[in-house]
Amino acid sequence: MPVASISVSDTPLLRYTLRRADDALILGHRLSEWCGHAPMLEEDMALANMGLDLIGQARSLYAYAARVEAAGRDEDAYAYLRDVRGYGNLLLVEQPNGDFAQTMLRQFLYSAFIDPWWRAMMDSTDATLAAIAAKAEKESAYHLRHASEWVVRLGDGTQESHRRAQAALDALWPFTGEMFEVDPSERELIAEGVAIEPESLRAGWCETVASVLAQATLAVPQNDWMQKGGRNGHHTEHLGHLLSELQYLQRSFPGAVW
Amino acid sequence: MNALALHRDAIVIDEVRLDEARRIAGAVVDPEIPVLSIADLGVLREVRLNDGRIEVLITPTYSGCPAMTMIALEIELALEQAGFGPVTVATVLSPAWTTDWMSEDGRRKLTEYGIAPPVRGAGRRALFGAEEVACPQCGSLDTSRLAEFGSTSCKALWRCNACLEPFDYFRCH
Repeated sequence: MPVASISVSDTPLLRYTLRRADDALILGHRLSEWCGHAPMLEEDMALANMGLDLIGQARSLYAYAARVEAAGRDEDAYAYLRDVRGYGNLLLVEQPNGDFAQTMLRQFLYSAFIDPWWRAMMDSTDATLAAIAAKAEKESAYHLRHASEWVVRLGDGTQESHRRAQAALDALWPFTGEMFEVDPSERELIAEGVAIEPESLRAGWCETVASVLAQATLAVPQNDWMQKGGRNGHHTEHLGHLLSELQYLQRSFPGAVW
Repeated sequence: MNALALHRDAIVIDEVRLDEARRIAGAVVDPEIPVLSIADLGVLREVRLNDGRIEVLITPTYSGCPAMTMIALEIELALEQAGFGPVTVATVLSPAWTTDWMSEDGRRKLTEYGIAPPVRGAGRRALFGAEEVACPQCGSLDTSRLAEFGSTSCKALWRCNACLEPFDYFRCH
């Protein structure tokens, strides 16, 4: 018999931790979808490796969420037993892989934000979040490097690769504003030094994006209208489909283990 | 079962036995790179007594490294087989593991195994940077990177331009 979704208690720290864990899990899952399908063997391994890093980061954050909630749950419960409305990830990371350009632009836009974010989180007053950050920032550094190299190669490549890279950038751009969003519960954590003010990362993000896109001969989109909703569980239609695959086994065979 | 439990309760672990436990835990090898022990890697952080029981603290390498689960199981198994009774293996996150913790012995063993050891203090933050890696076969510095991601999270694929052999490079972390 299928198993029902769990309902998670709502405290600022738990919500904050789960949102970031969801970002890492969903993007990691998206990258894992390339396994066996990437344009070349080296890239197949690169995408799987980066996916593994992200799922590992998600696991550390979910394990911490379990300690914070203290409701006797483990990391799997959050990953497998929350419904789509319970997920608080960015809309950007749930966007489909599309072509290779779309996957790399998505990775680039996210990594250019999350790499300095993890570095800033190393100074969090929350010792566990700071420790997870100290490990993750090493990984986000080479994720950013890898994605940047591909953005340049695709943008400054053939006419076709340039066209596709620009199209991917234009399509993903409206989802980037959400990375800088803060709600009242997060304001509290920022005041306590647990969380960081994302606005303080905006200038650096814009600079990285502008510099890599310039090398890639890609145009920074001028459209400033930004789509929001992911942090509060209002997702694009893509996340439900992703979760149905990610959660299928545990929903159909509750508690199944290897 | 009860007799066994009683027997386990009766185990007294002194400093000498604790040192032995340290040696046994430290000798567990990385399942992906079997020439390296977890002591060589710097993954083993501490072996101590907690309420009369052995507690082993390890630190993960990469966030998603699948070898960590295996390593924890191997430690439990090795210590139980050596008569230390049930032990606990816990993970510590801070300070974050770095390849700088790899022992000299470990670096030598890696090279002999055909894997170039991590370059100390390499500029891993450079966006389009280059590292200078010596070929583990012939020692030449005339090498180039084929792919940043290799067969495991911790390795990249390189090639030597002098002896033309491809080789794995243990990436800096």
